[in-house]
Amino acid sequence: MQSKIPILKLGEFLLVSIQVDVHDRTALQLQEDLSNEISRRHSRGVLIDISNLEVVDTFMGRVISDIAAMAKVLDAETVVVGMRPAVAMTLVELGLELPMVHTALNLERGMELLSAHLEKGDD
Amino acid sequence: MKQVAELLSKDVSGILEKWIALQENGGGVGRNAISRDELVSQSNDFLKLFAEAVASGKSEIEDEAWDETLMMLREVAMYRSQRGLKPKETATFVLSLKEALFERALSQKSSSKLLEQLWSVTTCVDKLGLYVMELFIEKREDVIERQREELLEVSTPVVELWTGILALPVIGTLDSARAQAVMEALLQAIVDYEAKIAIIDITGVPAVDTQTAQHLLKSVRAAELMGAQCYISGVRPQIAQTIVQLGLDLGGMQTKGSLMSAFRQSLTQLGMKVAENSSSNG
Repeated sequence: MQSKIPILKLGEFLLVSIQVDVHDRTALQLQEDLSNEISRRHSRGVLIDISNLEVVDTFMGRVISDIAAMAKVLDAETVVVGMRPAVAMTLVELGLELPMVHTALNLERGMELLSAHLEKGDD
Repeated sequence: MKQVAELLSKDVSGILEKWIALQENGGGVGRNAISRDELVSQSNDFLKLFAEAVASGKSEIEDEAWDETLMMLREVAMYRSQRGLKPKETATFVLSLKEALFERALSQKSSSKLLEQLWSVTTCVDKLGLYVMELFIEKREDVIERQREELLEVSTPVVELWTGILALPVIGTLDSARAQAVMEALLQAIVDYEAKIAIIDITGVPAVDTQTAQHLLKSVRAAELMGAQCYISGVRPQIAQTIVQLGLDLGGMQTKGSLMSAFRQSLTQLGMKVAENSSSNG
């Protein structure tokens, strides 16, 4: 039985840090928690930090895509931050290009990107 | 092989003399590559080992009786290839021994049996000759392999043009191995320099085929996944034509005519402004 993945509030955004390999159950749990959290806090952006992941497989890719799609429905943008070079190469080789998902080098950049995006949207 | 062994032990000096004379004609001696003294000592040592191996009566050079002879040959071949001798000259070292043996055998009252045995000994010498050639080629292959690796390392420079803007000038044909190296260098540089924009300049790439385009596309996608944007610059007219004729899909790849325009665009994107200094012309 895996522990739950914590969801942290970061200003007007939510931060999910994925530290270890995620199993089906944990992934579903995360999606449920996150959707509840987004609507409860009216968050406009979600940051998924994967800087600790050394491997991202098709399953993980789909989980991230699903989260992004779900957030989009709830009017929040998703940014994946901290992807390692090896992971990026693997994803490209697998043909997983994570459409709908924004990417940024690190957390700071991810927050900048979301802020810029919100400003543009509010104009 | 017994009689050949006898001949070898009885007539060592005669064979050696003849053999060295033959080598001096075609063994690359005196081209400052290898001195006569070295040649004599090498030949002398080798002949001793060779005589021992023949005396053992084994005609297969894989047999352990030949081990020492092979070891010695190995040293000789390495030494000569380092000195830059031609393969032919190195092979002559072994193969000319045949002629020396025959000549000495004929000069004595040799029985038909001795000649018969000589035949099997010369096949051994042939095998040794092949062995030397193989070693020689192996050594060359090592050098080529090392150079290939070094070339890979130096062929992917990453230049920081501005804070957050990188340029990767790619020179030469992009095969799979090099494309992989370029991709790795690009992604690592994005992490190291915390880059927002990377410009891949292909001015030095002579031709683009389907595969090269694929590789570039993958690099661009991977960089985007790391949160950086990529421009491809320096696309030559011929390459543009090729891309259109092959019907290559550059899906979402941003191309710029020159490194300059890509750089200018990148600066603008980061909120910089390029302006002329009005006070400069008085």
